Amino acid sequence: MTKIVYVSPGNAAQTVDLADGTSLMQGALANGIDGIVAECGGNAMCATCHVYIDSERMADLPLMSEEENALLEGVAAPRKLNSRLSCQVKVHVGLEGMTIYVAPAQ
Amino acid sequence: MVDGAKHSSCLISDFDPFCRKSMIDPYPEYGRLRTIGPIARLEKYGVWAISRFSDVNAVLSNSAVFSSAGGTGLANYFKQKPWRTPSLLLETDPPLHTRTRAVVVRTMTPIALRKLQDGFRREAETLVEKLVERGNFDAVRDLAEVFPLSVFPQALGIDSDNDEMLLTYGAMVFAIFGPEDDYSREAMVHASTVLPWIESKCRRDALRPDGFGAQIYEAVDTGEITPEEAPLLVRSFLSAGLDTTISGIGMAINCFVRHPEQWAVLTEDPSLARSAFDEVLRFQTPGHAQFRTTTDETDYAGVRIAKHEKVMLLMASANRDEARWEDPDAFDIRRKPGHIAFGTGIHTCAGQMLARMEGEALLKALASRVKSIELAGEPVWRPTTALRVFSSLPVSVQAK
Repeated sequence: MTKIVYVSPGNAAQTVDLADGTSLMQGALANGIDGIVAECGGNAMCATCHVYIDSERMADLPLMSEEENALLEGVAAPRKLNSRLSCQVKVHVGLEGMTIYVAPAQ
Repeated sequence: MVDGAKHSSCLISDFDPFCRKSMIDPYPEYGRLRTIGPIARLEKYGVWAISRFSDVNAVLSNSAVFSSAGGTGLANYFKQKPWRTPSLLLETDPPLHTRTRAVVVRTMTPIALRKLQDGFRREAETLVEKLVERGNFDAVRDLAEVFPLSVFPQALGIDSDNDEMLLTYGAMVFAIFGPEDDYSREAMVHASTVLPWIESKCRRDALRPDGFGAQIYEAVDTGEITPEEAPLLVRSFLSAGLDTTISGIGMAINCFVRHPEQWAVLTEDPSLARSAFDEVLRFQTPGHAQFRTTTDETDYAGVRIAKHEKVMLLMASANRDEARWEDPDAFDIRRKPGHIAFGTGIHTCAGQMLARMEGEALLKALASRVKSIELAGEPVWRPTTALRVFSSLPVSVQAK
């Protein structure tokens, strides 16, 4: 289990314990974190699970695929250097204590 | 451990998913299947059935064991010759599938679709205006077929000079799924005229330079796909992209005539149109089922399944699973997304974002102009086993 901290607009930070292999998107939906829509159910098609990763921890994430990169061009909120699609990031011990900021629009 | 070959009697169901009664209303039977367990044996067809949400999700996410190359209908391509060259997209496994899918999904990303949004909105508004003026019309012939035909072939880059051919082709593709019957045989009668026409429309020189089709051919230039593969992938759009949306839109009208209180919610706030369309797909899933075929002997939930056995995924049942949904049999357009009507995993519907855009545009236009919709005659179901789709739905509307 790995601790992840979610911050969604208008809410206090929420720390949750996630099983390894769970995606950040699944973790958000399972724990009632606001602001993730995940229209396509985590299949990298809708770009509505957009999050900003704590910029100091970017190196701890798996590399982005070409598909994810292309989809991030279509997110509703501004794309930043620390933007990721939360359905494409799976939790593992290396992400312990990471803060995830849910994008203000999807 | 239960040996699947012995078919423990507690797993057996006499459910016939393909008979007319089941196609029209499978839901009571689905409920019974879900109580049997994670997997059941449909003894009439000698196939396995997966009816619960978590299991449909798990099996669709395991393409290595549960293959699509064995055919996504009842026919088992590992045991008998397919009726035609299998789709390069739908009925293939990795690594071939990985290569063809990447090319197709690229054409329908959110950013690509955004360019089409205004056009979809305009077409929807124009059509709705005409229908409101008429007051009485057929929600299939005059709406569910007309709207997709007004936007989809154009997006693909096809000059639609013959809507009937496009409809006949789609109906043919969606006639072959369950067991062979009079309907599927009748649909094939048109093959010799329809297939060459479709083929001619999928050639590079027949496609407009700004559509999805042209983009598929660009992948030939970059070497991602071969010149032989390109027209087949363009054809996949025509196979999969019309009847499905025709079905979804028809279903939407059917749901709203039966649930006028939900229509009232939508007319009050037409921005709920997208969520409403998704709820239609959950509540009355048009693409009710798809098959997979095991690549090897495997165990699922303690049941041994032999190699090359057919497994029927009941997405329409998963979408009403009480373990997954609160009040699953309530049609509620404000429900959060998360249905499995488009499948999941590597074969999740490649056109789902386009389908949603069509449904949203149409429902938003309708809900902005129409105060009430009522049934004005007997609905007629298309007698196919592949899709739950109406062929006629007479309605009358009152403008706001």
